[in-house]
Amino acid sequence: MTVEELAGRIPDGALLALPPDYSLVAMDLIRFLIRRKSRGLRLLGVPILGLSADLLIGAGCVAEVETSAVSLGEAGLAPRFTEAVESGSLKVRDATCPAIHAALQASEKGVPFMPVGSIAGSDLPKNRPDWKQDGEILQVAAIRPDFALFHARWADEAGNVWIGRRRELATAAHAARETLVTFEERREGDMLEDELLAPGVVSSVYVRAAAHAPRGAWPLGMPGVYGADDVHVSQYAKAARTREGFQRYLEEWVLTPRKSSSPA
Amino acid sequence: MGSYAPEELLACVIARLLEGARHAAIGASSPIPASGCFLRKVSDPSFRVSLQQRRAHNPFSEGSRELFDLAGQGRIDVFFLGGAQIDGAANLNLVRAEGRRFPGSFGSAYMYRAVPRVILFREEHSRRVLVPKVEFVSAAGDPAALLTGKALFSWQKDKRRFRLESVHGGASEAGIRELTGFDFDSDSPVKSTPPPSTEELSLLRSKVCREVAADYPDFAKKVWGIH
Repeated sequence: MTVEELAGRIPDGALLALPPDYSLVAMDLIRFLIRRKSRGLRLLGVPILGLSADLLIGAGCVAEVETSAVSLGEAGLAPRFTEAVESGSLKVRDATCPAIHAALQASEKGVPFMPVGSIAGSDLPKNRPDWKQDGEILQVAAIRPDFALFHARWADEAGNVWIGRRRELATAAHAARETLVTFEERREGDMLEDELLAPGVVSSVYVRAAAHAPRGAWPLGMPGVYGADDVHVSQYAKAARTREGFQRYLEEWVLTPRKSSSPA
Repeated sequence: MGSYAPEELLACVIARLLEGARHAAIGASSPIPASGCFLRKVSDPSFRVSLQQRRAHNPFSEGSRELFDLAGQGRIDVFFLGGAQIDGAANLNLVRAEGRRFPGSFGSAYMYRAVPRVILFREEHSRRVLVPKVEFVSAAGDPAALLTGKALFSWQKDKRRFRLESVHGGASEAGIRELTGFDFDSDSPVKSTPPPSTEELSLLRSKVCREVAADYPDFAKKVWGIH
């Protein structure tokens, strides 16, 4: 299975659960989605979104996002997200982090809703008919993504993948109909037979397909293996302030296969 | 006491606001609150600081929901929140204002309610940020303080009004009123924010800056010139 074939399994209009920039983003897969001209995607931030969402939005792949925020961290605002919302071309369902975690946990457990502690005084519920105030408690409806997408440290021969402490990815995988994973390295055997590795595993029960993508999170990082390419991300943030700058970035780093994966 | 950067003064004010706290957590993109927390930690090793987005030494092992679960149980005493707009009733707006879109509410709506000591922090002190009424309420609650690049306010829960506690670096009360879009109480004459002590500056420039640089390299380079 190649990353391109993985991207081919994702139909237009699908609801994709995506991690924040600090949590193992399948950037190579995102670049293939842009190359194959995906359209009408709906993105769910688990619980926030960053570079991957900004690229997909700028490339015209996205109809709607549900998220607690979209940000490039120290590199600032996500420019294509900001422009798309301000020009009215992107619909946003604003949420707050614990509500998204709880909505995925509801799907994980197969129940229709989940309580969250008070968010009294916030205007967020006014735009969320799927949330109900129950005294001080907020009841949020379950969210069932079509796909959870992320980049794992390892995939083994048994079809398990390892995400370590990034447990929001496990929750997203448990909640989603299918999980598609890119991975850094192949590993022999079955990680569930190793007591030290097993707690960081998302088991093959959830993983539909996986593709090898060395440095597949670039320009974001994989903790303990490689750091984020901060210089590249801030160059992106500057370039993407204008539509033309964004288009040049796409041509150089996404649409041209030779340069689209990480530098040597 | 020599000269100091404005960021260093703000970090010192934050460290002083942490008196008596056991555990502070820090969300996204907050290098000055992080500096203040690390400054507090070097003088009180039992004080715990948890950075949500730490790259190395991340304190969480249950993913990003663990921060909210800890807060829900009362295991976090202090959290920092900001806003594109903050109003005189201490409401925060991180979503939209004047046709402009901001990143979004993050966990603010929940953390403002769950954490007992919320410190509102925003470096920019202007009528654009400090407004009479926010356009959208991301989060509402009772803060412990509002710290800006120009002044420190306390919150009077009974009156639901801010009170000007001190001004930084020789600003005047009239000057602060000029830059603030909401009304607030104050003493006359208003106090001046105590500058960093020699010891505070020395700690910031030795131990604290290295801790901060690990997560906020651009900030550490700008303030302390370290890589």
